[in-house]
Amino acid sequence: MKFMLMMNTPTGGPYQIAKWPHEDFRAHIAFMKRFAAKLGGNGELVDAQGLAGPDQAKLVKGGKDGAPITDGVFPESKEFLAGFWIVDVDTKERAYAIAAEASMAPGPGGAPLHLPIEVREVMSVPPEIK
Amino acid sequence: MIHLLRELAPQVLGAVVRRYRDFAASEDAVQEALFAAAQQWPTSGVPDHPRAWLIQVASRRMVDHVRSEAARRQREQIVVSLVPPEDQLARAADEAIDEHDDTLELLFTCCHPALSPSSQIALTLRAVGGLTTLEIAKAFLVPEATMAQRISRAKATIKSSGVPFAAPTEAELATGSVMHVLYLIFNEGYTASSGAELVRTDLACEAIRLARMLHRLRPDDPEITGLLALMLLTDARRTARTGPAGELIPLDEQDRTRWDRAQIAEGVDLVTGAFARAAVGPYQIQAAIAAVHDEAVSTDATDWPQILALYSVLLGFDDNPMVALNHAIAIAMVNGAAAGLSRLAELERDPRLAEHHRLFAVRAHLLERLGDRAGAIDHYQRAAARTTSIAERDYLLARAARKEIS
Repeated sequence: MKFMLMMNTPTGGPYQIAKWPHEDFRAHIAFMKRFAAKLGGNGELVDAQGLAGPDQAKLVKGGKDGAPITDGVFPESKEFLAGFWIVDVDTKERAYAIAAEASMAPGPGGAPLHLPIEVREVMSVPPEIK
Repeated sequence: MIHLLRELAPQVLGAVVRRYRDFAASEDAVQEALFAAAQQWPTSGVPDHPRAWLIQVASRRMVDHVRSEAARRQREQIVVSLVPPEDQLARAADEAIDEHDDTLELLFTCCHPALSPSSQIALTLRAVGGLTTLEIAKAFLVPEATMAQRISRAKATIKSSGVPFAAPTEAELATGSVMHVLYLIFNEGYTASSGAELVRTDLACEAIRLARMLHRLRPDDPEITGLLALMLLTDARRTARTGPAGELIPLDEQDRTRWDRAQIAEGVDLVTGAFARAAVGPYQIQAAIAAVHDEAVSTDATDWPQILALYSVLLGFDDNPMVALNHAIAIAMVNGAAAGLSRLAELERDPRLAEHHRLFAVRAHLLERLGDRAGAIDHYQRAAARTTSIAERDYLLARAARKEIS
């Protein structure tokens, strides 16, 4: 079973890594690298990516002729996706355990962030037909 | 030649593991021997004793491995003593080696309960099936590096948990971990139906090949016979089960002329033979159910009372909610949709089923049969919202849409 684990964080919320003391930022990034390496070592990792900040993001839609119309993300947008993992595991409980571990990534002062991680199953074929 | 190599791979690995005991290193050594064969045989020709050739080449690799480990650790005496004295002298490549087939030991090691299901599957496909890590990774849609890690962790688990390399006893075979792993591999392939997942259908063929091998090793085991029959009887419908765009076609709408008659005949023979010989078990019963479907010319002509009786027996073996749902369908086919719906109302109390998409799907079908159009549409849509299968979702929504027009 594959799951996508999404790290959503509110704009202007606690996940302002650029403003953290540099050693806290480094500890956070080191945690994320170790975490991805561990999932890879377990044979569970399908993909993990961090996304560029929301000030780089554009909202795009197709215009009347289908050509792209781009717009900046409005500052009032409530939350943004900071990064995601896709894992392949035997049970949903295992996906939750991985999400909980990600949620404990260290923030300012090394304290766990307790970030909410959205866990969504990736659609696939039925697991078993009887 | 690829076929020959894959046929020999588990026998060679079994023999090497039996001799050197180190599963992980043996597996690497056999992979190297297979690679050497794939490179050399096309020009030099297949040796007279290909199995012995492969065992010999793999054994040399093992000796090299042991020696380099020894040098690295400066512990030559201890490590060399791991190599049986008769193997410290090199043998001629084609020297006859005893013909004991270790495949069953190997299969049992790979399916050991100490491993997680996904590890059992990966290791079985690699060590017994002879598939490459890349092929397995593609089949399960994960990166090759991830699959390589999964396999190497599985090998490490075998080493650390002290799984013995021994033939399973009848009791251990009966616990069914080997059969269950083969069944899971089959399902992975069989349920893959479209697009990017088409490649996965190779897994169904691989599972059948491995089940045939297991059946050859244990021809008198009725459940192994039942498992092989179940796979053949299910796989016989594979091409009729999906439409041109990969959409699911339910049993009652399949073009039965496209079913594989030869495979059905073989499956029916196997399950009939198993039933006549020994105590029945869940795989034989499921195979028997598949056989009843396969032998009917249409849904209406299907012997539903027989299917209902078989599901009743199966429920006694297997407290599986999906079996209970199929039992409810059989009740509906024999005693009418209303009887099926009241059975569903009972099943709804099972927390494993209460929010399960298949409960909603079955209810939708039964409501449709009763002529409750609005109820059927509602339940098809609810089932579609709950399934994690794209093919199933598309089927359920198409069914709902058809009712909306009619």
